[in-house]
Amino acid sequence: MRNIQSTQLLFELSKSGRRAALLPALDPALKESFESLPEHQVSADPPPLPELAEGDVIRHFTNLSTLNMSVDTHFYPLGSCTMKYNPKRNERLAGMPGLADVHPLQSDDTVQGMLRILYELQQMLAEISGLPAVSLQPAAGAHGELTALMVAYAYFAKLGQDRPIVLTADSAHGTNPASAVMAGFKTKTVKSNAQGMVDMDDLRSKLNDQVAVFMLTNPNTLGLFDHQICEITDAVHQAGGLVYLDGANMNAILGIARPGDFGADMMHYNPHKTFSGPHGGGGPGAGPICVRDFLEPFLPSPVIEHDAEQDRYALQYDRPQSIGRVRSFFGNTGILLRAYFYIRSYGGEGLRRVSEDAVLGANYLLSKVKHILDVPHGDRCMHEFVASASRLKKQKGVSAMDLAKRILDYGFHAPTVYFPLVVDEAVMVEPTETESKETLDAFAEALFRVTEEAGDLLHEAPHSTRVSRPDDVTAARKPIVKWDSEQ
Amino acid sequence: MYLFHTEEDRAAMLASIGAASIDEIIDSQVPAEARFQRTLNLSPMLSEMELQREVQAASQQNVSAASHVCFMGGGAYDHFVPAAVDAIASRGEYFTSYTPYQAEVSQGNLQAMFEYETLITQLTGLGVSNASLYDGGSAAVEAVIMALAVAKGRRRVVTSAAVHPEYRQILETYLRGLGCELVIAPYDAQGTSSGMLSLIDDQTACVLVQHPNFFGRLEEVAEIAAAAHAAGALVVQSFDPISVGSLKRPGDLGADIAVAEGQCLGNPLAFGGPYLGIMACRSELVRKLPGRIAGQTVDRRGKRCWVLTLQTREQHIRRDKATSNICSNQTLLALRSSVYLSLLGPRGLRETAEHCFAKTQFAGRRIDQNERFSLPFAGPVFKEFVVKDHADGVSSLLASMVRQGYLAGVALERWYPELRDCFLVAVTERRTRSEIEAYSQALAAVPTEGVVAGA
Repeated sequence: MRNIQSTQLLFELSKSGRRAALLPALDPALKESFESLPEHQVSADPPPLPELAEGDVIRHFTNLSTLNMSVDTHFYPLGSCTMKYNPKRNERLAGMPGLADVHPLQSDDTVQGMLRILYELQQMLAEISGLPAVSLQPAAGAHGELTALMVAYAYFAKLGQDRPIVLTADSAHGTNPASAVMAGFKTKTVKSNAQGMVDMDDLRSKLNDQVAVFMLTNPNTLGLFDHQICEITDAVHQAGGLVYLDGANMNAILGIARPGDFGADMMHYNPHKTFSGPHGGGGPGAGPICVRDFLEPFLPSPVIEHDAEQDRYALQYDRPQSIGRVRSFFGNTGILLRAYFYIRSYGGEGLRRVSEDAVLGANYLLSKVKHILDVPHGDRCMHEFVASASRLKKQKGVSAMDLAKRILDYGFHAPTVYFPLVVDEAVMVEPTETESKETLDAFAEALFRVTEEAGDLLHEAPHSTRVSRPDDVTAARKPIVKWDSEQ
Repeated sequence: MYLFHTEEDRAAMLASIGAASIDEIIDSQVPAEARFQRTLNLSPMLSEMELQREVQAASQQNVSAASHVCFMGGGAYDHFVPAAVDAIASRGEYFTSYTPYQAEVSQGNLQAMFEYETLITQLTGLGVSNASLYDGGSAAVEAVIMALAVAKGRRRVVTSAAVHPEYRQILETYLRGLGCELVIAPYDAQGTSSGMLSLIDDQTACVLVQHPNFFGRLEEVAEIAAAAHAAGALVVQSFDPISVGSLKRPGDLGADIAVAEGQCLGNPLAFGGPYLGIMACRSELVRKLPGRIAGQTVDRRGKRCWVLTLQTREQHIRRDKATSNICSNQTLLALRSSVYLSLLGPRGLRETAEHCFAKTQFAGRRIDQNERFSLPFAGPVFKEFVVKDHADGVSSLLASMVRQGYLAGVALERWYPELRDCFLVAVTERRTRSEIEAYSQALAAVPTEGVVAGA
């Protein structure tokens, strides 16, 4: 049954005099002590929030929820985003009062269980990355990038070296150059070669004593593991620079390859991807970073330390070389806890199986899709691959966007389109390890049928959703970004 | 384990790929010298039952606002969370979806984001809000960076020691990379920021003021804003979303950008996160606003709908020229806050604010009646206040209170060495008269250590 309920806004549902939450009556003794706030500070009326009954609120948001695709309801092969199953047990566990109701400024003595879990998570992340020093503070992947680049900045400042440049790959996530600029660097782009790997000549020509960091994603955003990786990291090190690994694609290499072993000096994880987050409609995530031991002194404060003799955990703030803080309180603890539960649910062998099945699923889907669309970078991949709708575009004017929109009508979320930028009409598919062969077969079948359909049908797709092809241009040109009673 | 494939599936999939094994595929991709040769040294796989037992045991080693009566604040508060908030936020359609890049199948999230943005403009009295940032601290910093971009050429940022100390620490960390000067006014004898006024000059890009401030005291934001605007600087106000149930809103006081920690709006304490960075600004600054924004438009059939908009500000389009590197927002927590605010409505928010205020005054007076304690900062406070312990034993006092079932307050020494004999007490609408009375009696009954210093 399709949801045909209205999508009136909360503000349109509002009726003067309705209310949901009631507070207890204020004790008269408390009222007596009610010294009034200074008159010039007080507003005559409270903010003009909507007035609703509890039933209004529940029905409104429940009906709205049914207008979303989600991992719980649909296959979501959104490349680069790792939309894997989000275990229900992790929600129950993270919601335990002894975790969810802990105040962030409690003394170490009162949070020993919490600190033990987070300390163990630090150790797990270090083991998985091969990089020994960990900060759990960054709130998202991009925040982790920024934090690590600040660490690099502080490290080179300490060495007395002025290295103003950060190199990023042309296939990199947009956060890489944006983070580098916020950390005080200038960026230069390193080209990809025809195979989608780092162009070594271009990299070598840009490496010098001005370069602080080369940021790369490996496996890269084409879903390929760069076979030159050790050569790349050696070259950067020889030029005195550091290698940053964007850990967005760690889902592909758990227990298979470790960034620290192949020469990365710093990296972030996206626990909301690799360790099953969940994504929450676009956040919250978390962005813990791992670095080599010589960078440890510069990590944000605090870090968790363990006194083995007394078996006591403590937050360590006395770290004179630290870059400081990047976020208030400890970090996105709730997401970190879920990562811990996830890792504990798999163990070392299990995590390798996760990546193996992610690779298997992607290669299987690739073996089907390559008969439907061109896949410019070969018929093997890691956890995702990038096809191109370029030929369809030339032959019948059907774009990657048209494909994406039409596949929604078949009950699948669309792949990522137009990213990475190095592939024309890119269609980026990441099935993850938590989809069955049957689902992958059905998706490939649907994709095939879409490519056989008439162009006109596709240009106006989707047809089965409540809305179709919103006018983005007008939205940006004449922005309406809040409800207004005058509208 | 959450995997799907049977051995039969794996064999059929490998046959379709034309590979003998998964290892063969991996070996074709990952060169031998980069391959990890052993098994990750992690504790063995646990079943759900075993995991729950372990986590339960660890969680029981923690004290919490569930096990103890909480008077801790300092930027995170024990406000009541109605059941309806959890009921909505635990729907898989919300928490297992992603950023609404495909608007047609994300109208639920997009409309909820648009509603959140509207609710935030109502709370702040400003024209436009983004769809949220990481937390209150990084939102304050993003606001300052935004102000620096608006006030081109000006490199001075003026703030106050009465702004949340961790927010200031984040600011120091970020500004180092941006080559700006941070000037911090000391708090005055009343615990407020009157000293900011004399620090504002024609090089000042913005002032960052927190009202109510870290000590719970009310600031004269309108006065500070007038001075800042006269000097051509922008005003960033960090505010408490509950406080605007009673207090004037940032926009009404002259703030150009308002930021807040949204934890208090229906989100759990969760040892610091995930939280919610609220950020709103005057409408004309919208193109400098960082973070995602949902906007209204129409679809090809003319039906009202919602999309992510003004994306040319963002990193995935602008890369190194973006307004911020931020790529996510805290949609799920923003949703929780929207549900929370919808349930409270204007009267519920005002009553919550009145409860906080009345109970805080009551608690302050009770504690002040004991000669061991005094309230060093005179003047009105909203939902927290500073207590001075003349027996000079804050850490043992707070530890003793934990043993009696209280999270009694936040020691200030870590950030303010000169306030080592002081702690911060927060009183939310959840506290009852009898809890407050028992708490103040328990505080007074804790044995003193050492000599009473002064009186």
